Amino acid sequence: MSENGFKPRIVAFLCNWCSYTASDLAGTSRVKYSPRVRMIRVMCSGRVDPSFVLKAFALGADGVLIAGCHPGDCHYIEQNYKTMRRHAMLRYFLEQMGIQPERLRLVWASAAEGQYLAESIDQFVADVQKLGPLRWSGVWEDPWRREDAFDEIAAEHAEAMEVQA
Amino acid sequence: MITSDETLRIGVYVCHCGSNIAGTVDVEALTKFAEGLPHVALARHYKYMCSDPGQELVKRDIVEFGLNRIVVAACSPNLHEATFRRAAEDAGLNRFLVQIANIREQVAWVTEDRQEALEKAESHLGAAVRRVARHVPLQRQFVRIVPRAMVVGGGIAGIQAALTLAEAGREVILVEREPSIGGHMAMFDKTFPTLDCAACILTPKMTAVKLHPNIKLLTYSTVESVEGSVGNFRIKVKRKPRYIDESLCVGCMQCIDGCAFTRAKFPNAFDQGLGLRKPVWIPFPQAVPPVPVVDPEVCLQIARGKCKQGCVEACGERNAFRFDQQERIEEYEVGAVVVATGFHAFDPSVISYYGYGKYPNVYTSLEVERLLNAGGPTSGKLVLRDGSTPKRVGIIHCVGSRDANYHAYCSRVCCMYALKLAHLVREKTEAEVYNCYIDIRAAGKGFEEFYNRVQNEGVQFVRGKVADITPAAGQGTSAEGGLVMKVDDTLLGSIREINVDMVILAVALEPQADANQVRRTFGISCSAEGFFLEKHPKLAPVNTANDGVLVAGACQGAKDIPDTVAQADAAAAKALALIDAGQIELEPNTAWIEEDICSGCKTCINLCPYQAIRADEERKIAVVDPALCKGCGTCVAACPSGAARQHLFGDEQISEELEGLMNYV
Ligand SMILES: Cc1cc2nc3c(=O)[nH]c(=O)nc-3n(C[C@H](O)[C@H](O)[C@H](O)COP(=O)(O)OP(=O)(O)OC[C@H]3O[C@@H](n4cnc5c(N)ncnc54)[C@H](O)[C@@H]3O)c2cc1C
Ligand code: FES
Repeated sequence: MSENGFKPRIVAFLCNWCSYTASDLAGTSRVKYSPRVRMIRVMCSGRVDPSFVLKAFALGADGVLIAGCHPGDCHYIEQNYKTMRRHAMLRYFLEQMGIQPERLRLVWASAAEGQYLAESIDQFVADVQKLGPLRWSGVWEDPWRREDAFDEIAAEHAEAMEVQA
Repeated sequence: MITSDETLRIGVYVCHCGSNIAGTVDVEALTKFAEGLPHVALARHYKYMCSDPGQELVKRDIVEFGLNRIVVAACSPNLHEATFRRAAEDAGLNRFLVQIANIREQVAWVTEDRQEALEKAESHLGAAVRRVARHVPLQRQFVRIVPRAMVVGGGIAGIQAALTLAEAGREVILVEREPSIGGHMAMFDKTFPTLDCAACILTPKMTAVKLHPNIKLLTYSTVESVEGSVGNFRIKVKRKPRYIDESLCVGCMQCIDGCAFTRAKFPNAFDQGLGLRKPVWIPFPQAVPPVPVVDPEVCLQIARGKCKQGCVEACGERNAFRFDQQERIEEYEVGAVVVATGFHAFDPSVISYYGYGKYPNVYTSLEVERLLNAGGPTSGKLVLRDGSTPKRVGIIHCVGSRDANYHAYCSRVCCMYALKLAHLVREKTEAEVYNCYIDIRAAGKGFEEFYNRVQNEGVQFVRGKVADITPAAGQGTSAEGGLVMKVDDTLLGSIREINVDMVILAVALEPQADANQVRRTFGISCSAEGFFLEKHPKLAPVNTANDGVLVAGACQGAKDIPDTVAQADAAAAKALALIDAGQIELEPNTAWIEEDICSGCKTCINLCPYQAIRADEERKIAVVDPALCKGCGTCVAACPSGAARQHLFGDEQISEELEGLMNYV
C-alpha cells in the first residue's frame, strides 16, 4: 500500500443528496481512488453526531471524513452550517483527547463532483498515511473497557453540548 | 454491540451485476464471508439480483426460510433500494427491513486491487448486516398532492409546458420575469432550418396562454422562495408593480402616445438597446399580456411626483393607471414545478480582439436578429449605425464557445443560426457574406440540407479562427466605417485579411446570470458549466435532484427550439404524472421524540429548518410534526439526552453500521 506498509482505516460519512451521489458518480465514471475509505450514508451531513466521529476513532479509525453539500446547497437548507460548527468544535475536542485534529476532515462535494470527491479522498488518505497509525483504541484492548471508554466520551460530549432550558 | 436477538434471520444476497461487480469483487468469497456473520440464516450470490428471477429468489427465501431481514450487496441504494423494498413487501416482509450494501459504485467500479476490493466489500456488507439487525418495521405515510403546477420562465419552453399541462385540464401558474412572455424566440425574425417566421409560430401560442382558462399568467414576477417539497410546494412570487392595473387595461397603447415624452429616448432592452422607448412602454407589439409597464426611474410622475399625466388622460375612463402600486408577494401552492428560465447570450466585450463595444459596426447575433425583425427598431431593415446598408458582412462562429478561456462547450445552435443570419443578410441586402468557422456543426433534421442551401446561395465559408478585428486603413477606432477581419484560413494555409463593413458575432448560449440563485431557490444542482443539472443524463433528463422540480429548455443546456419544445413536453408529462398520482409517500426517516427522556431543553427546536419541532410547554417536552419533518436528522445529532430519535437513521442503526464497518476490515 505505502512505503511504510501502513494501511490507514478511514470512515467517511457522506450526505445522501450531494456527496453520496458524488460517490455514485465517481463509480459510474469509473474514477479509481483509494479503497481505504469505508462509507456510511447519512441523509445530511448535519446528522453526523460528534459522538459518531469519536466512536469511529475509538473503534480504530485512523481518520474520519465528513462530506456534505456545499454551503448554501444543503438539501435541508442550511444543516451543513451546523456540520461546520461541529467540525470546528470536534477539532478542538480531538486535540484535547490527544488526536491530531488533521485526522478529521470536512469536504464539500456536490452531486456533480465525483472526480473531486475521489481526489479529496486520495488526498486525505495520503495525509493520514503521513500521520501514521492512530492506535487510540489500543489502550482499550479489552472490548468491554473499550465500550466503557466510549460511553464515557459520549457522556462528556453530551455534557459539553448541554444547553440550558 | 451485536444484538443477541435469536429470532433474527437475515438473508444476504450478493449481486454479480454481470461482470460489473463480479469482475472485481470475488463474489463467492464475499458470500462465504456473509455466511459467517451473526444472525445470517442464508447467503447467496446471483448474476443479476435486480432482475425478475433475482427478486423472485428473495421473495421465495423469505417465505420458505422465514427470513425477516434482507441485505443486498449490489449497486447504489439510489438505484435499487426501492426495488428490493418492494420485493420484500410482496413476500409479506415490512419493506423497511431491507438494507443495501453499495459494492458497485463504491467498490467494484472505483477499486483496482482485487484483494482491497474484497476487503472493502466485506466491510460494507458486514456493516449492512449489523445495521439491518437494528431495523424495525415502519408504516408508510402518504400525503395528498396539490393538483396544480407552476412553470417558471415564459420562453418557448415555459409556454409549451404550460399549454400542455393546461390542455390536460390541470391548473398552471406561469411566472415570467419580463413584462411579456416569449423569451428569446420572440426576438427572432426567422428560425432555422425551415425559415419559419418566429412570430407566426410563437404568437398563437402566446395568445393561447393568455386565453387559456387553466393558466394564470404572472408576468413581471419572480419566485421569491420555495417551501415544502414534492406534492406540496408553497411558493412566494414577487410581483413588480407595472403601475397599470392589468385587469382594467385593454391594450390600446394610447397611453404611450399620450406620454409627456413626445419622443422615445430610453433604450429598449428587448431590442438589445438598439431601439428606444418611452417611460411607459411595451417590449414588442405582440407582447402578452398586451399591457404596458411604467419605468419608475424615468416616469416623471413617479420619479418626481410631477407630470401632466397625458397617459392617464389617454387611458380615459378605462382608468387603469395606478401610480401608487407597490411590489407585492403572492403565495401559491403547487404539486410540481417546471423550471424553464432559459439562457443568457454571451457578452463578447470581454474578448478584446473582436472589438465589440469599441467598433460600432461589430454586432452580436442577437442585435442583428432584432435588426432583421420586422417589428424591431429598424422595421426589419438591416442597416449600419449610420443608416447605410452593409455591403460586406463577416459572421464569426463560436464566439465564447469551444474556447477554454470562456466556455469549453459547444453552444449547439450558433452554427445553424449563423447560417440563418448569412441567408437573411444576403436576402435583405445582397451583401457579400463571409462565415468564419472552426467546424460546421449541422447535426439535426434538415440541418445539413440547409447548410448546402446557404453554400449554394453564394455565402463564402472561411475555415479558421478570427484573430483580430481592426479598423480599415486610414480610419480611427471610432470610425463608423470599414473593418478588417484577420483570419487564419486553415484550408488555404495562410492568413487572410478580409475587408467588411459589418461584423456579426455568433455568441455562445450561457447560463442566466442569476442561475445560481434560482438553483438554490429550487434546491436543484448545476453542472460544471452552470446549466441546471438533470437527475440522470440519459434516463432522467428532465428530473432534478429535488423531486417534483423539473427542468426544460435552454436552462438545462444550450439547445435549439425543436429540442426545447420536446423537453418542455417531457417535463409537462412528468409533472402531470406526478400530480395525477393524487398522493405521495412521505420520507420514512422522520425524527421523533422519546418523551420519557426529553428534558425540554429546546436545543432541537432552533436547529430545525422546517419548524417541524415545537415545545409542548405543559409537558415540558419537544414534539415533532411528522408531516413537516424532512428527516435530515440534525436534531437527532444534537440532542444532548438522546431523546430525539430517527426512523431508519437512528443512533442505534448508524452506530451499529459503524461498528460493522470497523470490525470487518
Ligand atoms: C441569436 C440566436 C438565434 C437563434 N436562432 C434560433 C433559430 O433560428 N432556431 C432555433 O431552433 N433556435 C434558435 N436559437 C436558440 C433558441 O433561442 C433557444 O432554443 C430557445 O430560446 C430556448 O427557449 P427557452 O424557453 O428555454 O429559453 P428563453 O428563450 O431564454 O426563455 C426563458 C424565459 O424565462 C424567463 N426567465 C429567466 N429567468 C427567470 C426567472 N428567474 N424567473 C422568471 N422568469 C425567468 C426569461 O425572461 C425568458 O422569457 C437562437 C439563439 C440565439 C442566441
Ligand atoms: S443534505 Fe448534504 S449536507 Fe445537508
